[in-house]
Amino acid sequence: MFFVIIESTRSALASIWAHGFRSFLTTLGIVIGVASVIAVISLTQGLRASVGEQFSALGSNSLTISAYTPLQDQIQGRRARLTPDDLEIIERRVDGVASITPLLYATRSSQIRYGSQTTFSQIMGTGYAYRDVGQFYVQTGRFLANSDNDTRRRVAVIGDAVRDNLNLPDNPINEYVELGGEWFRIVGLLEPKGDIMGFNQDDIVLVPFATMQSIQGNQAQTDIQIQLRVSDDADVESVVNRVESVLRNARGIEPGQRDDFQIQTPEQLMETVDNVIGMVTIVLGGIVSISLLVGGIGIMNIMLVSVTERTREIGICKAIGAKRHHILLQFLIEAVVLSMLGGLVGVAAGYGLGMLVAANIPGFPPATVPLWAVMLALGFSGFVGVLFGILPAGKAANLDPIDALRYE
Amino acid sequence: MALIELQDITKLYEMGDQTVRALDGISIRIEKNDYVAFIGSSGSGKSTMLNILGCLDRPTSGRYHLNEQNVENLTPNELAGIRNHEIGFIFQSFNLLPRATALYNVMQPLIYRNVGWSRRKAMAMEALRRVNLAERVNHLPNQLSGGQRQRVAIARALVTNPSILLADEPTGNLDSRTTTEIMQLFDELHREGHTLILVTHEDEIARHCKRIVEMKDGRIHRDVPTEPADKQVSN
Ligand SMILES: Nc1ncnc2c1ncn2[C@@H]1O[C@H](COP(=O)(O)OP(=O)(O)OP(=O)(O)O)[C@@H](O)[C@H]1O
Ligand SMILES: [Mg+2]
Repeated sequence: MFFVIIESTRSALASIWAHGFRSFLTTLGIVIGVASVIAVISLTQGLRASVGEQFSALGSNSLTISAYTPLQDQIQGRRARLTPDDLEIIERRVDGVASITPLLYATRSSQIRYGSQTTFSQIMGTGYAYRDVGQFYVQTGRFLANSDNDTRRRVAVIGDAVRDNLNLPDNPINEYVELGGEWFRIVGLLEPKGDIMGFNQDDIVLVPFATMQSIQGNQAQTDIQIQLRVSDDADVESVVNRVESVLRNARGIEPGQRDDFQIQTPEQLMETVDNVIGMVTIVLGGIVSISLLVGGIGIMNIMLVSVTERTREIGICKAIGAKRHHILLQFLIEAVVLSMLGGLVGVAAGYGLGMLVAANIPGFPPATVPLWAVMLALGFSGFVGVLFGILPAGKAANLDPIDALRYE
Repeated sequence: MALIELQDITKLYEMGDQTVRALDGISIRIEKNDYVAFIGSSGSGKSTMLNILGCLDRPTSGRYHLNEQNVENLTPNELAGIRNHEIGFIFQSFNLLPRATALYNVMQPLIYRNVGWSRRKAMAMEALRRVNLAERVNHLPNQLSGGQRQRVAIARALVTNPSILLADEPTGNLDSRTTTEIMQLFDELHREGHTLILVTHEDEIARHCKRIVEMKDGRIHRDVPTEPADKQVSN
């Protein structure tokens, strides 16, 4: 049996080699399927590694609190909100908070205009403390000040991507931009922070919180986010717990009822990223299995052709004593070798593709292919070979020796 | 008991509503170290006969004992084993594997016996030497002449040391000089103790054998020894 397998592998390779171009075309489906899996895995794995690094650089001591409405309540038209009052309560009653700031995202329009140039950006209302919480530094001008908030000044601090997008002068200080129908004077330009998870962190406009509130109108509707930084000497978990109980108390949530807000730590964000990557991988896996299916059918087709072409050879082998399993193994091994070669080429092509993509998107982390993905791809393509090779191989094995020898 | 013993073998082919009786009640015994030529007109059933003797084909009815074993009810795999161990086939059109060298062609039957690489190679080399092809072992079939190809095929039949060598018009595709060479080889093999059965159209070739069996319409018409003074058996 052992020698049969070795011999079959040898002759499989010989016949694949003999039909080089045909073999290549046949395995193309497998190559493409495996290559796209490996490309995506290499990119997401690279992304994941770099996101992890960036989060740990960010520090695990910043918390984001936002309102959370369970789906059931959403259906009934209720919406939970966080208000500046909640912020005040946290500020007053939770120890271990180094700095805390509200965040109000522009809801109506995030369009911004300078002269004839218009662009969209991330526009947020926040306060002086965001500088500390979000680790922002200005390269020219100044950050938002408390007095900006008190007097609802129409001033803005921008990231340098916004300056570039709007064709603002290199030093944009004291230029005026239009936001939501109001004119804002630029008072500060942030230092560039680069990309995180494909988001440009420099495409950002910060305005005073109170100004944002007033241009958004109806203040009762305001739903803010709260960001805070835990003091270095305080324990993140106990601060999280304290914030939770203070907020529950203030918002009159009965014991046993769920929170109508959520507190996110960077670790949770990392989990979210993992979930998203997991989903992408699963969806992609589905698409790819279709491609592998098509590839498998291609292999089955060519193996059927090959069995027909080699009917006489099969007859010869049977005449000199080949049993059913000898013939079966020979064709099965040929199908598996063919499809695993496709898998191998696919892994190489996918890795190359991943590297190419990563290298051509600025700021994208380098691609990495984990060993498990390679093993999985090869195992899967081998499985496809067995699955789609068994029918042609069975056909070959069941040929009658005399009929096969007579075949013209 | 004889090496081969056939009793009332028939082989029928259904062609639409017509039945072709390719073999019509054949009984024959062939002893060890016999050297038999089957002759007869085209369509008389010689090839059918040889295929049944070689366990490639099954008779429609009748009994067949090979080496004291009853082979009618064997499974396809068991028949394959018999072909591998007891029988060496030599075909008119050589039937070599086109992508394998002479050496690999001769090694092939030994794979089905699970003989290891080095022993397999040694045995194949030995068989190729026997047919005087030692210096052509790495040639592909299409790089060999017809006579050389047939010698590779003979080496392949010999390598398993079978009980019988069966050859269906082994020189049908060869010129007269090569035919003489191949027949000399067969004569030698006979002298060495092999049992040979061949099918031929040419009296020239039949005369090499010890015994001539003439077929006609699926029956044995004549079965005579070639020794001139010997008795004749009719029908
Ligand atoms: N597969 C088949 N189907 C139908 N009839 C067949 C088949 N094989 C052989 N026959 C018939 O059986 C008869 C004997 O054929 P066979 O091949 O044994 O003849 P042969 O003596 O070898 O002839 P030749 O000298 O031309 O090779 C012929 O009439 C042939 O038509
Ligand atoms: Mg014939």
